Amino acid sequence: MGFSADLGLAAPELVLAIGAMALLILGAFLPKASQVVGWGGVLVLAAAAFEAATGPFGKAFAGGLIADQASAFAQVAIFASSAVTIPLGQNWFKRQGVDNFEFPVLVVLAALGMGMMVSAGDLISLYVGVELHSLALYVLAAMHRDNAKASEAGLKYFVLGALSSGLLLYGASLVYGFAGSTVFSDIALAVHGGASTGVLFGLVFLICGLGFKVSAAPFHMWTPDVYEGAPTPVVAFFAAAPKLAAMVLFARLLAQGFGGAIAQWQQVLVALGLISVGVGAFAGLAQKNLKRLWAYSSIANVGYAIIGLSSGSAEGVRSMLLFMVLYMIDVTGFFACLTALTRKGRAMETFDDMAGLFKEQPGIALAMTAFSLSALGLPPFSGFWAKVFVFKAALEAGVLDEVAAVVGLIGSVVAAFYYLRLIKVMWFDTASGPTDAPPIEARVIAMAGALFTIPVVWIALKWLYPAADAAARAFGLA
Amino acid sequence: MPILSLITYAPLIGVAAILALRFFGKAEDPGTIRASKWIALVTTLATLALSVLLVVQFNPNETGFQFVEEVPWFGDFNYRMGVDGISVLFVLLTAFLMPLCIAASWESITKRVLEYLIAFLILESLVIGVFCALDIILFYIFFEFGLIPMFLIIGIWGGQRRVYAAFKFFLYTLLGSVLMLAAILTMIGISHTSSIPELMHYHFSAGLQTWLWLAFFASFAVKMPMWPVHTWLPDAHVEAPTAGSVILAGILLKLGGYGFMRFSLPMFPQASQLFTPLVFALSVIAIVYTSLVAFRQVDIKKLIAYSSVAHMGFVTMGIFSGTATGEQGALFQMLSHGVISGALFLCVGVVYDRMHTREIAFYGGLVNRMPWYAATFMLFTMGNVGLPGTSGFVGEILTMTGTYHISTWTALVAATGVIFSAMYALTLYRRVVFGTITNPKLEGITDLDWREVAIFAPLIASTLVLGVQPGAIFNLTQASVDHLVAAYQAAIGG
Repeated sequence: MGFSADLGLAAPELVLAIGAMALLILGAFLPKASQVVGWGGVLVLAAAAFEAATGPFGKAFAGGLIADQASAFAQVAIFASSAVTIPLGQNWFKRQGVDNFEFPVLVVLAALGMGMMVSAGDLISLYVGVELHSLALYVLAAMHRDNAKASEAGLKYFVLGALSSGLLLYGASLVYGFAGSTVFSDIALAVHGGASTGVLFGLVFLICGLGFKVSAAPFHMWTPDVYEGAPTPVVAFFAAAPKLAAMVLFARLLAQGFGGAIAQWQQVLVALGLISVGVGAFAGLAQKNLKRLWAYSSIANVGYAIIGLSSGSAEGVRSMLLFMVLYMIDVTGFFACLTALTRKGRAMETFDDMAGLFKEQPGIALAMTAFSLSALGLPPFSGFWAKVFVFKAALEAGVLDEVAAVVGLIGSVVAAFYYLRLIKVMWFDTASGPTDAPPIEARVIAMAGALFTIPVVWIALKWLYPAADAAARAFGLA
Repeated sequence: MPILSLITYAPLIGVAAILALRFFGKAEDPGTIRASKWIALVTTLATLALSVLLVVQFNPNETGFQFVEEVPWFGDFNYRMGVDGISVLFVLLTAFLMPLCIAASWESITKRVLEYLIAFLILESLVIGVFCALDIILFYIFFEFGLIPMFLIIGIWGGQRRVYAAFKFFLYTLLGSVLMLAAILTMIGISHTSSIPELMHYHFSAGLQTWLWLAFFASFAVKMPMWPVHTWLPDAHVEAPTAGSVILAGILLKLGGYGFMRFSLPMFPQASQLFTPLVFALSVIAIVYTSLVAFRQVDIKKLIAYSSVAHMGFVTMGIFSGTATGEQGALFQMLSHGVISGALFLCVGVVYDRMHTREIAFYGGLVNRMPWYAATFMLFTMGNVGLPGTSGFVGEILTMTGTYHISTWTALVAATGVIFSAMYALTLYRRVVFGTITNPKLEGITDLDWREVAIFAPLIASTLVLGVQPGAIFNLTQASVDHLVAAYQAAIGG
């Protein structure tokens, strides 16, 4: 295949890379035009999403990049989620007195990294994608630089992220050493018919490294601190799209690289999933800060997605993709609500702050109720479908026996307590003073997200489901 | 015309109208509130009219599901609705009780009235949906989502310990439900269908049936509620507002019994037979033990709540007798209990609205000031005891005769429950209504007003009509029940 055809397959990434650089130059020369850069970023992301959705499929750069239905599906979701973040975050920073053009550029760069992650076909491009998006996220976490907590969050994120990158690299080098190649399809050939101990060792390290990125327990320690410290709109960003990107990468690595060692990674994933569900459910009970609470909620929910992936079947991957997309909307919406809420200029982040919110901000309170119930997985909210898909896949594949499925579901009963507590505080308690008027963009995002969880999802699934199905089949699992 | 969907979603039209009012008017404006109340009442009455139309058009001789609607959704999921002789009655019962609930809350609810009405209308829609759903996932959606409005109704408009009661209610039922969800997903995975009629004809292996049955049992036993998982009910009842108690006792408790008849018996017949002794034992314990517990209560509502648990014991006993008489009796008992316990909670509501206490010791001698109230309360007390001539009698006698052939001891011990129920119900009535007024605060209490008379009139009529003319109900249920029993007996080789 020629070089130009390769470039055609990498069109979404190229659009983002060139767009990000152009925006950077624009911002550097016109420092007052940060809003223009912001909208430019949205435009670049939209163009990249369009390229991803319509672009040709195939392998490029000697297998280093794979453009297929799965990468297209994930990229559209990731770019859309990134585009939503730009107005949400930029206006928030402006209200904090930090009017800068770097925010949209960093979001576009992170999106580029994530785009590379979901289309990586080789351990090198995997690593480059992971690092590119991580570095952008570290900066975003610490971007509110006068705030000590944000700096702390950025530093923690960076140090632990570096550790996980180390694990990834170590795993990758082990796999390369024993399998003789970094390309997934070659690794698959080496693993076919039984993987050597060295390759399995490397695989475990890779899983651990990716476990850090998706914040699956027991690699979750950074999550609550980073969520609490980082600016809320930034959390809305990195709680959503990067998780999807890492999960898709996870799925591709396991399916296309280590399909022969399915029995080995299945058990690791089931353990990761169930531990995450348990940790997320029980540790969430003790939280007072809502951002920390949702960090634990996201740990539990990633656990469910991993259980779906552990099925090792096309249905399992489909359930994971749907789960992550539906969850992304929940989590973005919830953090958009938190972004919208301030009282006398101070962010409202604890349970106590939310007392009687329904009286003050009925719309936002309703939206937060919908997101909480959806994250809990109560029907008929979108999260319910997500859980149904995951457990159906896991039970059908036989990777979970009934007892394990029940354990996983009971995790959601435990978690129900903290979601209900939030609803109780908002609906039953007496108001603790008026809130400021919520900014329009956060409100729009919150309302759109809430409307998606109920009732739009019922119609949206009609086309999301087949799209995720096509994406899942691209991984070549049975 | 998709009449089932129409009935199910008709209350939501009222919700939309109230929301529109809220949007264009001020929430606290008396005019808006009055208009919303009327909207809610008219919507529920319209739903009732539609359900009456449904029952009239219903063909009682057909064994299968009628008015079936089927629309493909996404993936393997379908939207399926339909009713048979078992579910059609519950649709009617729900539609019948809802306008009464709205009317009963007319003056007693003063804060957040619009939200209250919306919660009730959504709840009505969901409960009717549960009874109409013919797809097991759709059933689960309606079944589970009903928790939310009820959680809010107890938690916002309830009494002192409302938050505790709301959480207990929610978490108890959720725990049961997730086990059922695991079972549902297993069933779909094995049979590759989520259609309830198809699942009824699918034969799960006996070993699997045991697990599935237990998972469904966990959910329905909590809903029912059966001893020993009944403890959420007294708390929820005591803290809920009057209309909330009516819905809880009148309709939500019936979801458990309905679930047993719709899922446990036809889908897992072998397991049902295997666990029949367990269910009988739990039912008898519920009947005797909770009757005795009811006798010791100092709170009127708590007493009636425990008496509900005892009456539901008859229902589970009748269902798992596996005989046509037992099933008919159980269905009738559910219907009759829906009317009578609903009415009893409304009776409590009448004095609670006036005196703001439910303590039995506070009252006494009400007959001197409230003769009409005393007569009404008397009728429903007698219905609760199971006096012949009221609807309460028919259900109890049928469940007991149906069980007698299967397990004589169960029926005999259950029969003592009738005596116990006379004991606690009549004692309650004596202490609250008879005697002379000793509490000076009761001197000025007023009798029923026209609104309360209008609420009680249909309840009194149905209690008496069902009591002397139960055949009208049996005509509707006969074919479906016979079909259910025949399939069950064939499956267990009886």
